[in-house]
Amino acid sequence: MSPKIFAKSVDLTFLTNDGPVDALKDVNLDINEGDFVSFIGPSGCGKTTFLRVLADLETPTGGTVEINGVSPKIARESRAYGYVFQAPGLYPWRSIGKNIKLPLEIIGLSKHEQSERVKRVLKLVDLQDFENKFPWQLSGGMQQRASIARALAFDADILLMDEPFGALDEIVRDHLNEQLLDLWKTTSKTICFVTHSIPEAVYLSTKIVVMSPRPGRIIDVIESTLPNERPLNIRDSSEFISISQRVREGLRSGHSYE
Amino acid sequence: MRSVVSICVVVGALIFVWYLAAVSLNSTWALDKAKRAGVEIGTKELILDTWSQEKPKLPAPHQVASELWKTTVEKKITSKRSLIFHSWITLSSTLVGFLIGTSLGILLAIGIVHNNAMNMSVMPWAIASQTIPILAIAPMIIVVLNSIGVQGLLPKAIISSYLCFFPVVVGMVKGLRSPDKIDTDLLHTYNATNAQKFWKLRLPTSMPFLFASLKVGISASLVGAIVGELPTGAVRGLGARLLAGSYYGQTIQIWSALIMAAIVAAALVGILALLQKLMLKRMGMT
Repeated sequence: MSPKIFAKSVDLTFLTNDGPVDALKDVNLDINEGDFVSFIGPSGCGKTTFLRVLADLETPTGGTVEINGVSPKIARESRAYGYVFQAPGLYPWRSIGKNIKLPLEIIGLSKHEQSERVKRVLKLVDLQDFENKFPWQLSGGMQQRASIARALAFDADILLMDEPFGALDEIVRDHLNEQLLDLWKTTSKTICFVTHSIPEAVYLSTKIVVMSPRPGRIIDVIESTLPNERPLNIRDSSEFISISQRVREGLRSGHSYE
Repeated sequence: MRSVVSICVVVGALIFVWYLAAVSLNSTWALDKAKRAGVEIGTKELILDTWSQEKPKLPAPHQVASELWKTTVEKKITSKRSLIFHSWITLSSTLVGFLIGTSLGILLAIGIVHNNAMNMSVMPWAIASQTIPILAIAPMIIVVLNSIGVQGLLPKAIISSYLCFFPVVVGMVKGLRSPDKIDTDLLHTYNATNAQKFWKLRLPTSMPFLFASLKVGISASLVGAIVGELPTGAVRGLGARLLAGSYYGQTIQIWSALIMAAIVAAALVGILALLQKLMLKRMGMT
């Protein structure tokens, strides 16, 4: 089986006023269909940059990236992925329903198909009653769920998520993590998820990619041995703790404050 | 409530200063008159005289107010002496000019934002256009247009639009470029076309900028329309009233036309401010 996402010796150097910065250096990674992959590492390790490369929002300066066997640009043009940003990025002049319709209008779906999909994805993120509300009427957690619904409405089989829960408190975050796992199981999408949080990464993923800064590179790739069925209290199991330890060690080894 | 009080205090202070200024500016004429008649004039008579002359250097507020009352409420609006009639003449070319100027401004801004050649070339010309004194170029526009058979309202409207398009261009270029990176990135991941980006993101995001420019633009339009009436020997419009007043030394008439122009400008800006409030509230952008 060929990998869903394939990266080989990817380099990305930004030219700044202070000279070139190696955001990504020799990144190699295979992601299979149906994987839930977390990217974890300190700020500046290139995890967001790598996600943006996959989304064709940045162009690598070297190496090969393939999504579904084609370049990120072609994948973007064929709308192969949904992208969830750090902030909800809902347009304030559109209701929640209309925000979710935005990508559907751009693809040019029929009005009927649009409303069907809005109903379906709002149910997936448990926001059925909020279709006609405006973003400012929703809490931060609800706004982020709406933005996930918008990415889902697209119906691409890859979901790229850049620290979507970074700005939320821990209680809301736990709840959304559970919902996200449910969603992943029911839709069997391939998910790439950037995070700062070790428990979040271990809880969610089938594969954890540990990254390190200056230059941004991959330190360790951990295949999770946790079962697909994951109640919240799995985080107290010894298996969970040992995976967390391995992530922590990886982060520490790459994290030199010389 | 507090703002009403503070406005009243400021207006009251201005009127007080105005009355004092009227006394000091008009007293020479009052004293001259008394000297020629060979009579002594007391302080009280002097002050009252400075506030009731027929052609004062500075008419007192109540003189202007009563002239305004006589030429608006007490005159039929079809009369040549009705200030409402003249205001309407000026207002109509203001509005047509505003419409032309705003459309031109928005179109230029769209071009500047989407086309690099226009981005480099149009803005310097737009800025240069505003450094030419409008009073110098207004007669040219009228003469040139007249020679190709365009008369009446349109030449004045074009002078209006000449002043009005500039703030709209500047504001809209800024507004159309104001979407956040995350919002444009989002549309990029959808592979949206430039037209879709414009209608679904750039234009809605630019609304606060548009309204700010429209408020500057409409007052510029009014100035343009009045200036357009000055060099043409027009007999109708607020500009014509100003000109006629200055020919015959009718200072009261000049001041009442000025106040009327100020009232019209305040009303136009007020309407736009109200529209802005409603629109932005509806768009969740306040």
